[in-house]
Amino acid sequence: MKKDDYMDLDFSDIEAHFPLDRREFIKLFGGGIVILVSLTDAEALLQQRRRRFRPELPEDFNAFLRIGEDGRVSCFTGKVELGQGIITSLAQMLADELEVSLDSVDMVMGDTDLCPWDMGTFGSMSTRFFGPPLREAAAKARAVLMELAAEHLQTPLSKLKAKDGVIFDKTQNKNQVTYAQLTKGKKIAKKLERKATLKPLSEFTIIGKPVSRTDAAEKVTGKAVFAGDIRLPGMLYARILRPPSHGAKIKSVDTSAAEKIKEVRVVKDEDFIAVLHKHPDEAEKALSKVKAQYDLPEAKVDDKTIFDHLLKVAPERETVAQGGNLQTGEKLSAHIVEETYLNSYVAHAPTETHTAIAKIEGNKATVWASTQRPFGAKEEVAEALGFPSKDVRIIPPFVGGGFGGKNQNRQAVEAARLAKLTGKPVQVAWTRAEEFFYDTFRPAAVVKIKSGIKDTGKIFLWDYTVYFAGERGSQQFYDIPHHRTASTGGGWRGTPGSHPFGTGAWRAPSNNTNTFARESQIDIMALRAGIDPLEFRLKNLKDKRMIGVLTTAAEKFGWTKSKAGNGRGYGISLGIDSGTYVAHMAEVEVDKKGAVQVKRVVCAQDMGLVINPEGAKMQMEGCITMGLGYALTEEIRFKGGEIFDLNFDTYEIPRFSWLPKIETVLIDAKDSPHQGGGEPAIICMGAVVANAIYDAVGARLFQLPMTPERIRAEMP
Amino acid sequence: MRETISFKLNDKPTRLTLDGERMLLWALRSELSLTGTKFGCGEGCCGVCTVLVNNEAVRSCQFPVKDVKGKEVITIEGLANNGNFHPLQKAFIKHNALQCGFCTPGMILNAYSLLLKNPQPTHKEILQGMEENLCRCASYARIVMAIKTAAKEMKRGGNR
Repeated sequence: MKKDDYMDLDFSDIEAHFPLDRREFIKLFGGGIVILVSLTDAEALLQQRRRRFRPELPEDFNAFLRIGEDGRVSCFTGKVELGQGIITSLAQMLADELEVSLDSVDMVMGDTDLCPWDMGTFGSMSTRFFGPPLREAAAKARAVLMELAAEHLQTPLSKLKAKDGVIFDKTQNKNQVTYAQLTKGKKIAKKLERKATLKPLSEFTIIGKPVSRTDAAEKVTGKAVFAGDIRLPGMLYARILRPPSHGAKIKSVDTSAAEKIKEVRVVKDEDFIAVLHKHPDEAEKALSKVKAQYDLPEAKVDDKTIFDHLLKVAPERETVAQGGNLQTGEKLSAHIVEETYLNSYVAHAPTETHTAIAKIEGNKATVWASTQRPFGAKEEVAEALGFPSKDVRIIPPFVGGGFGGKNQNRQAVEAARLAKLTGKPVQVAWTRAEEFFYDTFRPAAVVKIKSGIKDTGKIFLWDYTVYFAGERGSQQFYDIPHHRTASTGGGWRGTPGSHPFGTGAWRAPSNNTNTFARESQIDIMALRAGIDPLEFRLKNLKDKRMIGVLTTAAEKFGWTKSKAGNGRGYGISLGIDSGTYVAHMAEVEVDKKGAVQVKRVVCAQDMGLVINPEGAKMQMEGCITMGLGYALTEEIRFKGGEIFDLNFDTYEIPRFSWLPKIETVLIDAKDSPHQGGGEPAIICMGAVVANAIYDAVGARLFQLPMTPERIRAEMP
Repeated sequence: MRETISFKLNDKPTRLTLDGERMLLWALRSELSLTGTKFGCGEGCCGVCTVLVNNEAVRSCQFPVKDVKGKEVITIEGLANNGNFHPLQKAFIKHNALQCGFCTPGMILNAYSLLLKNPQPTHKEILQGMEENLCRCASYARIVMAIKTAAKEMKRGGNR
């Protein structure tokens, strides 16, 4: 694992927490653990101390896997399954390196008592950063098992081969032993004296093969368990009193009517007021009887004035990248293009709202929570309860979508507090309105670009500043001699006083904003130079991987210089996210009212070695379709801290009728390391649609989402 | 008002004594612990709570439980027949027509109701028939493929 890469990413909104104590881990498994790498206590302590300052994964491979007596293999990961499909692709990596069949692997995900510490499931990091150590752990375990088999079979290592959990003598197949036989009932302290070697590409039998989702059967039968499906004896459902706007202060509250309802419990802990009942709908009904009055703060901004406000409060910008000299670049340019791009607040809106069930028994709290950050939730719950964190266990069952929104664990803390206050197991499942209200939106943001080209169509100047989106994806990748990229606004969380409510990471944070601005500007310059946008990009690119995805997409799409006509247009957009390169091309149809139908999207993606091509394509398709939302309709309307969009009736997300024809191409790049796949293909959706709209009807859009009203306003 | 409501649930006679004005979703999830039917928006906007009442797809979060009296309710738990997956379930698996899986039960039941009414829908009819069911992971393309595959399979007699 390249730790430097890991630390370079912007996770400023994620607090570091302590990893699992190794001895605690071993204690938990007791006799079940089969192989213990012997480390002295001093070594273990040192490791642990290092991790406290700079969290990293354990070196003991037992932290990642366990072979049961029945031969089934448990794979432990602090990552969670949100739909992105790592339940399948991580199992593929483990199975291939360990030499077991894929269907013998059971994934244990995110359980803070069982799994190695993890920062969180975000940033398309599972395959990139958890993948390599997982593969290494499996390779180490296989090497140790081979050594054990050599002893057991009295056969030299060179004659042995492992396959499907069996080690056999290549010269005499009957001379064999299974992993389960080797490890059964034994505790073996064996440290690998040499470095484990990962399999070469040529020997992969499971990695790189298209594999279907291993969780599909559970999910089509209703058996898949999500947090809200946990049922505990005596459990109460809570509904919590919420303010009408962010920043509102409670003046008075009258719970007497709710208290009179049979079997309803009312809990008051200062401003934290909840009603509980054994049925959720009865709790809801009781909450409606609670009357509260609030002091509302003055609303200073709304969804129209927010951009001026952000520019006004922006701190000094910081340079992200630079080269050459901007003044020289400006002098050398024949045409200067100066534009400002805006995007509104966007909601995560996962299908499953934030949900948690908390149970406190003795001094131990267990919380089942829909979360992307179980180890973060553990610390937050511990703090709220005043428990040492070792006495808190978070179990994330299947999570019904996250997209960055479930990095926040407010609901887990609420459930835990109520379990403590009532002495009963408590479920907190947010309503859709609560989900919108407490969402940490993708921030409203501004990008200003001044760029210049020579008459030859070569870009000579690039002066770029992003306000409040964050710097991920802000660096341009064209061959521009005089350039500067700057960022201000404290990343996606903003600076104090900048946003009237919470903001945070939203699938490919920063990059959707940055790619929309950059790739729109590139198209404007191409037009100014009188050069086809594909040719213009190729003229200004040197990066071979980028040229590779672009030409692949163009070929698949059948890019043509001639305009489509009849309200139809074509667009291009390029980008890099999570180490992955993407090129999109789209065809749109725009009617006279400014309504857009995206007819077709082609996406070529270079993500290095692809672990599961089927899974990668599913993510690309999902990204493309989901991205149509922020491109065309998704926008939070608000006044001060009051949010007006609180359900899907006004907050429009993509539906079946929006569906374009989607074609995805994965570049064969097996020799380079596996990169991220959950986010990259969403970053181009703003610009690819914007550029196609311009091609179709001559309307250049500088603000997302590109609603019919905004398109009509720009139509020539 | 508390009343006793008898209906058929996944082929089994069922009796519930409760306030009939309560929504079917909560009767299923919290009275009967049938948690395959999900809560998504509470206002009938998203379709994740879809179940069948007399083979008609309804939003169980908006459907008073008294209205199932004497009727037949099918939830995702009742779609497989003696452990054999319904063609729609098989097709969803085959095409990987899901990601997080939270909308999947509602998708499958809405598609089932669609296919009962229109066994060989066109592409456009599938989009129209599924329009009110939302999938934030946006697996729509694969769901459409799955419905087409299931329609073919059901035509061949693979009905439940």
